[in-house]
Amino acid sequence: MDLTSPQQAMLDGTHGTAVRKSMQILTALGKIYGAEKLIPVTSVQIAGVSYDNLGEAGLRFLAEMAAGGGQARVLTTLNPAGMDVEAWQPMGIPAEFAAQQIRVLDAFSQMGVLTTCSCTPYLIGNLPHFGEHIAWAESSAVCYANAVLGARTNREGGPSALAAALTGFTPAYGLHLDANRQPSLRVDVQAEVRGTASFGALGQVIGKALETRAIRLPYITGIAQASLEELKSFCASLATYGGAAMFHMPGITPEADGVRAPVEGITITSAALQTAQTEMSTANPIHVDFVSLGCPHLTIEEIRRIAERLRGRKVTKTFWITTARPTKRLADQMGYTRIIEESGALFAVDTCCVVAPIRGRFQAIATDSAKACYYAATKNNMQTLLRSFDEVIEEALR
Amino acid sequence: MIVTGRSIAPGHASGAALVSDKAISFFGGVDPDSGIVLEQGHPLHGQSIAGRVLVFPSGKGSTVGSYTLYRLQYQGNAPAAILNVNCETITAVGCIIAGIPCVDQIQIEDFTDGDMLTVDGDTGSVTFHQVKSANRLPNATGLDRSRGEMP
Repeated sequence: MDLTSPQQAMLDGTHGTAVRKSMQILTALGKIYGAEKLIPVTSVQIAGVSYDNLGEAGLRFLAEMAAGGGQARVLTTLNPAGMDVEAWQPMGIPAEFAAQQIRVLDAFSQMGVLTTCSCTPYLIGNLPHFGEHIAWAESSAVCYANAVLGARTNREGGPSALAAALTGFTPAYGLHLDANRQPSLRVDVQAEVRGTASFGALGQVIGKALETRAIRLPYITGIAQASLEELKSFCASLATYGGAAMFHMPGITPEADGVRAPVEGITITSAALQTAQTEMSTANPIHVDFVSLGCPHLTIEEIRRIAERLRGRKVTKTFWITTARPTKRLADQMGYTRIIEESGALFAVDTCCVVAPIRGRFQAIATDSAKACYYAATKNNMQTLLRSFDEVIEEALR
Repeated sequence: MIVTGRSIAPGHASGAALVSDKAISFFGGVDPDSGIVLEQGHPLHGQSIAGRVLVFPSGKGSTVGSYTLYRLQYQGNAPAAILNVNCETITAVGCIIAGIPCVDQIQIEDFTDGDMLTVDGDTGSVTFHQVKSANRLPNATGLDRSRGEMP
């Protein structure tokens, strides 16, 4: 791989140990994946923030990079933490965990990373435009950025995203190149798909069809319209179940018209979506003791809808509303927070049910998120109930 | 004998080879404190990778595995070096952040458990120090593990 002289200087250690290590990571990945050069990025989203996932080793690494003089050179935001940074006690987070989580955030902050703690950077000021080269981790946001926004990123891991932030570069391979944004499988949806849970079920079905394929980039027809919230849910599910980093949806995503639809294809019927919903609903509703909305983080419109339905009512189960801090502030301003908190539901800001340390605390979760179902089952050993957004709110009240 | 692969992570180290023809998942598949392989049914199950030149086709599993290599390093139980057929992100990033020399594009068949090796992660060269099959060492602990890129 050819390096420019400023890039070579970074690799030689001229800018300190953190930048040198970052450049080593980027050049190694470039070599492995056949990149010819490093290209500048304008935006980074870093994953690997929750202490529940990072552990002591991850924290040590971040502290070492901060001590080594690492400073973000481009707009860099952060994935959810393992707790509400301001109100972790009501969430039942142990004090030792909170202390370690704060150290993680301090290390990022020291490196000039914005501690947004959200999986939806595109909702809170990290919104790349069409064609922009970026380096994002967080699989749902990667899929949203490539497919919906038309920005260009590979699926970065925590350290490679940090390396891009500290150098401002990423190796030019994979989805940065036109040739790799061509679809590999045609998917004809012959079913009505409406609402976040239904789009999540669609993501699961397509994801499973892609799982064994080398190239996981579907071209999806039959969807006439999709809201921001539905696309957010779909991206999360498609990335979780299929490892996909992009899709095309004619009429909805910006690059669909410029690619050739693959001949080879599959058809998805409403029966397949129903099967997916059943697979992700292992819990008997009477065992549900945890309800969560906000995977990925809620939009202000979703919070408004929750407030409307909870007004004057009382929840009977632990109900987490997970969103980004700026969105919560807007909810405060609009009076939605007061209505929601009066119902007994809890805002769990900066975090979510996937990354918070909740293993062993609950038996079964009700959610509208196919992604949350996957991690509830695999990481936290919970049974799951996938329901529509409004039905999930009703579960909390039942 | 010398074989030359492709440099992935810099540094120099020596040790006895530990060879697997199966992929390794560091997260969940290897005890992050002792370096003992935990994955049921894996050819290296029950063996320690500490201090060895670990030879395997490719990494697999969760990206958190990079941090497992880092943790093994500060516990003193990381492999001395890693040789892969096709290195991927998890192993490459783990080796770089932990300062473990790594070379790929080697052939598994060239290596036998106990081969005494010196790995140069800067150039990608791997030197065999003795005739294969002679005086194999079951464990390389205490051998020279000097590295160029320690944190």
